[in-house]
Amino acid sequence: MDKQKELLNVKNLKQYFPIKGGFFGRTVNHVKAVDDVSFTVYEGETLSIVGESGCGKSTTGRAILRLDEPTSGSVEFDGTDLLSLNKKEMNQMRKNLQIIFQDPYASINPRHTVRQILTEAMEIQNVWPKEQRNDKVIELLETVGLGAHQADRLPHEFSGGQRQRIGIARALSVNPKLIIADEAVSALDVSIQAQVLNLLKKLQREFKLTYLFISHDLGVVRHISDRIIVMYLGKIVEIGDKKSLFENPKHPYTKSLLSAIPSTDVDKKKERIILKGDVPSPIDPPKGCRFHTRCPFATELCRTEAPELRSTDENNLDHQAACHHMEKFEAESLQPMA
Amino acid sequence: MIQYIVRRILQTIPVLIGVSILVFSMMHLVPGDPAQIMAGESAPQEQVDNLRERLGLNDPLPVQYFTYVSNVVQGDLGNSIRSGRDVGDEIGSRFWVTVELAFYSTILAVFIGIIAGVISATKRNSFADTGIMIVALFGLSMPNFWLGLMLIQWFAIGMDLPSWIPFLENTSWFKPSGWGSFSQIVLPVITLGTGSAAIIARMTRSSMLDVIGQDYIRTARAKGVKERIVIYRHALKNALIPVVTVVGLQFGGLLGGAVLTETVFAINGMGRLVIDSISARDFPVVQGTILVTALLFVFVNLLVDIAYKFLNKRIDLD
Amino acid sequence: MGKPNSYENILEIKNLQTSFFTKDLELKAVDGVSFTIPKQKTLGVVGESGSGKSITSLSILRLIEEPGKIVGGEILFKGENLLKKKESEMRNIRGNEISMIFQEPMTSLNPTLTIGEQIGESFRIHQGLSKKEALKKSVEMLELVGIPSPKKRVKQYPYELSGGMRQRVMIAIALACNPNLLIADEPTTALDVTIQAQILDLIKNLQEQLGMGVLLITHDLGVVAESCDVVAVMYCGQVVEYADVKTLFKEPKHPYTIGLMKSIPPHDQDIEGDLEVIKGAVPSPAEMPTGCRFAPRCPFATELCKTKMPELQTDENGNQIRCWMHTDEWDGVKDREVTVHG
Repeated sequence: MDKQKELLNVKNLKQYFPIKGGFFGRTVNHVKAVDDVSFTVYEGETLSIVGESGCGKSTTGRAILRLDEPTSGSVEFDGTDLLSLNKKEMNQMRKNLQIIFQDPYASINPRHTVRQILTEAMEIQNVWPKEQRNDKVIELLETVGLGAHQADRLPHEFSGGQRQRIGIARALSVNPKLIIADEAVSALDVSIQAQVLNLLKKLQREFKLTYLFISHDLGVVRHISDRIIVMYLGKIVEIGDKKSLFENPKHPYTKSLLSAIPSTDVDKKKERIILKGDVPSPIDPPKGCRFHTRCPFATELCRTEAPELRSTDENNLDHQAACHHMEKFEAESLQPMA
Repeated sequence: MIQYIVRRILQTIPVLIGVSILVFSMMHLVPGDPAQIMAGESAPQEQVDNLRERLGLNDPLPVQYFTYVSNVVQGDLGNSIRSGRDVGDEIGSRFWVTVELAFYSTILAVFIGIIAGVISATKRNSFADTGIMIVALFGLSMPNFWLGLMLIQWFAIGMDLPSWIPFLENTSWFKPSGWGSFSQIVLPVITLGTGSAAIIARMTRSSMLDVIGQDYIRTARAKGVKERIVIYRHALKNALIPVVTVVGLQFGGLLGGAVLTETVFAINGMGRLVIDSISARDFPVVQGTILVTALLFVFVNLLVDIAYKFLNKRIDLD
Repeated sequence: MGKPNSYENILEIKNLQTSFFTKDLELKAVDGVSFTIPKQKTLGVVGESGSGKSITSLSILRLIEEPGKIVGGEILFKGENLLKKKESEMRNIRGNEISMIFQEPMTSLNPTLTIGEQIGESFRIHQGLSKKEALKKSVEMLELVGIPSPKKRVKQYPYELSGGMRQRVMIAIALACNPNLLIADEPTTALDVTIQAQILDLIKNLQEQLGMGVLLITHDLGVVAESCDVVAVMYCGQVVEYADVKTLFKEPKHPYTIGLMKSIPPHDQDIEGDLEVIKGAVPSPAEMPTGCRFAPRCPFATELCKTKMPELQTDENGNQIRCWMHTDEWDGVKDREVTVHG
C-alpha cells in the first residue's frame, strides 16, 4: 500500500476526568478514560475503534472534536493542531470534522423540521449561498434515502433508522472531510442497521469521506473498516489492517474478544476463551499491562511492566500489539494459567 | 456516613454566618436611627445618645457585628425594649409552642399526604384518584387563615344542626383559642397542615407513578410478590426519596405559616411574638426570633439531608 | 403439585393474542402466536423491535399491564392453562415455577434493598423461610452464579455491583426456587461481549444442573445459534418460522429469516460489496398489512401475499412456516403471475 495522506494525527492523547470528593470537594482522583493514545487516520479510509464499555473509544472521539477538552496530547487535522485553536477557530474547523451519534434524537432539536435542522447546520458553517440551501436540503435528503416530501416533518415522525439518516444528512450538509461515527448503528435493528451501513459505504465512495468509526460490534467493524484499533481500559492494545487483525489477532484480549462473539455457524464448535471477572476501574487501573488481571497468560512481567505497541512481523510493521508475549503465542509455547 | 454528617454540619457554618449578617443588618437597614427608634419618638436627645453609646452603635460596623455574634454565641440575644426582659427568656416557652404546632402539622401532613398520594397513584385515573386530587387542589389553594376561621366557625363556635340528627345538636367540639389540651391543638394543626398535606399528596402521587413504571417493580412482580407488598416494600421506599426533601422544606414553610395560624387561634407562640414585636418596634425580639427560626430551619434541613442519605444509599457515590 | 409428569412439553403456547387498547384502536402486539418448549430444552425467540417477542414473554407470566390485555389463546405450562389460573395461583407460579430475567440489569434491581433481601424474598415468599435462613440460602445462590465473596455481597446494594454482576444477581433471584422454566428476555443485550459469553455460559451450565426449560428472547442470531435447541422467528406479532436450530440456520425458509441472516455482517468472514438488506421498515402496529405482514418488504411477494394472510404450516419434522411460497397454492399463483406479465 502506498503511503496515503495523513488526515488526522493523534499523539499521546490523554483524557482524565477529575473526581471530586473529600471535605471541600477537592479533586481526589482521576478517571483515566483515555491514557496516552496515538494513531493516524489516512485520507479516504475507515479506521475503527473497538472495545467494550469503558475502554475509552467514545471519549477518544469526543476529545478529538474537543467536545470534552483533552487533558494533554496533540490532535493534528490536515496540518492544523486542533488543540491550539481558539473557540471561534475550532467552530470553523468543525465544518471539516462532523460526528454522528448513537441516538440521533438526543442530538437534534425536536421542535425543528428536518429542513430547519439541515439549513441551520449550513448557516452556522456558512456553506452554500443562501438561495441554494433549499435545493441542497432536498438533494441531501435524497442522498441519504429520504424523500423531498419529508423535509417539513418533525423528527418524532421518523423511525429510528430514518432519524439516523437525518443525522447523517446533517453531518454531510457542511461538506466534511472526516466523519466520526460514534456507535452510529448500534441502536438500530439488524435489518435497518444493514441499510445504514450500506448508505455509509456509498457516501464514502461518492464524497471521498474519511471515517473514524467507533463501535463495539466486531461484525459491523469488520464489514466497514480498512484498519482497526482495539482499545482496553484507555489504551490501544492492538492496531492493524482488517484482514491481518481478524485473521491473525496478536493480543490475547483481541483473541478473547473475537472468540466471545457468538457465531451463526451451527456446525463449527469453536474454542472460546471466557475471560474471568470484569473490566477493572479506570480510576485505579492495574499496574503493568492493564489486561493482566483478566489475561489467562499473565506472568510476573505483565504485572510489573507496561508493554509497548510493537510489531512481530517485519513484513507487516503496521500490525502492532501491546503484549510482552506475542512471540510465544506464535510459537504456541505459552499455556493459559489455571 | 459519619464523615458525611460531619461534612454536612460543617457546611451549615457559612449558612449560619449569612443568617447572622442578615439579621444583624436588619437593625441598620431600618430607616432612621435605631437608637432614636428604640428610645421612642419623644425621647430627649441626651437619652438617645446614651442609648446609642450603651448599644455600641458608635463603633464601626464590623466591631458591632462581632460584638453581636459573640453575644449570641453566649446565649445573649439582648433585652426586649417593651418588657426589658432577656430576649432568650421571651422566646423560651413560646419557641416550643411553635415547634409543637409545626411538628404536629408536619406529622398530620405527612400521614395524610402519603396515604392519599399512594392511593391516588395505585388507583390511577379512578374515581378515588380524581377525588383525592381535587381535594388536594382545594387544600393547596385555600389561604390558611381563612380555613382557620371556617374551622372555628364550624367546630369551635359550632353550627346548630337540625334536631333530627341524633347526638349532634351542635358541633362546638373544639376550643377556638389557646394551646395545650387536645381540644385546643386539633384545629390549628389542621389549619396549618392542610396545605402541606396537599403538596405532599401530589408529590407522592407523581413520584409513586414514576417508581411503579420502573423495571425493578416488574422484577418484584415476576418474583411472585403480592401487589400490596410490591407497593409498600418495593415502591414506597423509592418513591419517598424525593418526598423527604419536600417535607423538610414544608416544615420550614410551616414555621412561617405559624405566624398566621397563631394569630387566628390566639396561640402564644413565636409567630405571634414576632407580630406583636414588629408592631411595637421591639427590634431585639424580632431579631432574636428570626435568628432562632432560621437556626431551626437549618437544623431541620440537616436532619432531612441525613434522612435522604439514609434512604438513598446511592448518593454515597459522590 | 403432585401431578405425575404427564406432559411432554414444559410450555405450549397456542394461538396467543395480546392487544393494547387505545381510545379507539386495538393494537395487536401478539397475534396468534403458537410455539412449544420441550422439557429441558432451550427455545430461542428472535425478532426485531416490534415483533412482539417481549410481550409474548410477559404474557406467559401474565404480567401485561394496562392498557394491554391477553385477549385469547392458551398458555399450557406443564399441561395446565395459565390463563385459567386465579391471580393468587399465578403468584405461586411466578418466581417459583416460572422465573424471568430482563434486559436491563442496571435498572431491574431495587436500588433501596440489599442483594440479600432481594434474593431472599423469593425464598421467603415461596418456601416460607425465616429471614436468617433466606439470607443463608441467598449466599448459596450467589456462590452458584459465580459471584466472588458472596457473604460480603449479600449485604451490598445494587449500585455497588457492575452490570455483569447485577445480571448474575438477577439470575440468582430467578433460579432461587428451582424453576421448571426460565424466561430470559434479552439477558445479555446490555452487556459487553466478554461478559455476555460469561452469562450465556452460566445459564447453560445451570440449565444442565437444574434441568429446566429456557425461553431465550433475543435479537442476536449468533446467541440463538449457540445456545438454543429450537427457534421461533417472530415478525409483527406472529411466528413466521419455527424450527430446530440446525435446520433453521442451514436451510432457512421464510424470506424474513433469510433476509435477517444476510443483514448481519459476520465477524468471521469478509463480505464483498454491500450487505443484502431487507428493504423498508417494520410497519407501525396501527397500519398492519392485511395479507402477509412481511409482504410489503418481501422480494417475492405476489398479489396473493398482499391480500391473504398465510397460515402456519407444519411439516413432518414439526417445523413450521408461515409463507405462501411453501404452500401448494404457490405454484399456481406464480404461473398465473407469470402469464399475467408475459
